[in-house]
Amino acid sequence: MSKIFERLYNGIIKENPTLIMTLGMCPTLAVTTSLINGVGMGMSTLAVLVCSNFIISLLRKFIPDTVRIPAYIVIVASLVTIIQFVLQGFVPELYSSLGIYIPLIVVNCIILGRAEAYASKNKLIPSIFDGIGMGLGFTMALAILGFLRELIGNGTILSDGAKALVKIPEEIYTPASIMILAPGAFIVLAFVIAAMNKIKEKHGMKPAEVPDYTTKEGCAGCAAASLCAGAAPKAEEHVNSIKAKAESAAAKENVKVEAPKPETVQAKEPVPADTGKEDKE
Amino acid sequence: MKLLLLAISAALVNNVVLSQFLGLCPFLGVSKKINTSVGMSGAVIVVITAASAICSAIYHFILSPLNLTYLNTIVFILVIASLVQFMEMFIKKSNPALYQSLGVFLPLITTNCAVLGVALSNVQKDYDIWTSTINGFGTALGFALAILLLASIREKSEDNDVPKSFKGMPHVLLTAGLMSIAFFGWAGVL
Repeated sequence: MSKIFERLYNGIIKENPTLIMTLGMCPTLAVTTSLINGVGMGMSTLAVLVCSNFIISLLRKFIPDTVRIPAYIVIVASLVTIIQFVLQGFVPELYSSLGIYIPLIVVNCIILGRAEAYASKNKLIPSIFDGIGMGLGFTMALAILGFLRELIGNGTILSDGAKALVKIPEEIYTPASIMILAPGAFIVLAFVIAAMNKIKEKHGMKPAEVPDYTTKEGCAGCAAASLCAGAAPKAEEHVNSIKAKAESAAAKENVKVEAPKPETVQAKEPVPADTGKEDKE
Repeated sequence: MKLLLLAISAALVNNVVLSQFLGLCPFLGVSKKINTSVGMSGAVIVVITAASAICSAIYHFILSPLNLTYLNTIVFILVIASLVQFMEMFIKKSNPALYQSLGVFLPLITTNCAVLGVALSNVQKDYDIWTSTINGFGTALGFALAILLLASIREKSEDNDVPKSFKGMPHVLLTAGLMSIAFFGWAGVL
């Protein structure tokens, strides 16, 4: 029982995928133009995550280690296709407003990350609750962003185009519609993470850092690290080695070029001095 | 002319990162230094262009005649993953010099959602193979432009004195937000 609550707490608060780990940024920013869209996307991801954790945990002893990533991708992609049909059939409006971001749940690194980090190593029940916790954490973050963007950018809460649960009259507040356009997504998320940093600072925790995949530590923090086998740090090392080679080659050339200069200067300087002396004499 | 306009609009007006939010992970994670982001954008241009062409061909010649279009998500992700692996092996064997400058970045792109996103949106918009390839190329150019700009801004503003809570992630996100506002201006061009 305690394991279940620990998993839920871990997913929603401690390792919140969006606000703490900054994973799965694409859907977070793209679909949170309103509260409904944010929650819809969060719930679809939750469903896929729980099912994929369930299946992968069941099959964890049967999938050979060498082909596990392609196997996970096929499982997740099939689940996403099913969710796509369900949404298309039962909530066509949500389906059309989420658009291309529904099939893109396949490449959401939260899902493959949890499959790799948790479900492939743990028993069935904890894996399911890990999926529920992470999915709820993701949904919560999307709901916060969607709520703020809809309120500031449209002046409504829970609007479905025609009707809205709460609508601020235009005489009181003129909506800043940039907040439901693309730039607003970046700006609102920046302020939400800054607020989180302030709260974390009070509790003595480290602020959110920009993921830097070009260092070993940053790459290990990325959920997709197992997929690319730490390619980014390798690439960075490689770029640095090329740079170092170029610099050392340039340094050698500089030595060659610079070396004759002092000689010529020295050779020239005495000449006027000599001539000066000769003139005086 | 139509294709040229399509490429320009994919690169600037509907910029893949700044207005469609695809490929944000490498956009944030590999943009600390200009050098690395140059290699990354080169690899992205090659992979997205090739993947759009191949996925579109598979869709038009295999999936569509057999009425299997609902399988496109599964098929595309597998095709892209194997394409990237194959490309890495091919470049490593055939052109070691190119591998040195570009190949090391290829595995990073396997799970880049921009690649799958472009392939899927080509199909959704009913583009033929040629148009898809040009659209993919334009989109990848837009990605390269955005990541290079962000890397240059980050190198310049690294030591700026920003409020403590805004250091790191919020700072980069606000930069991206301002870039996105600037890219909105391109909508008036076409």
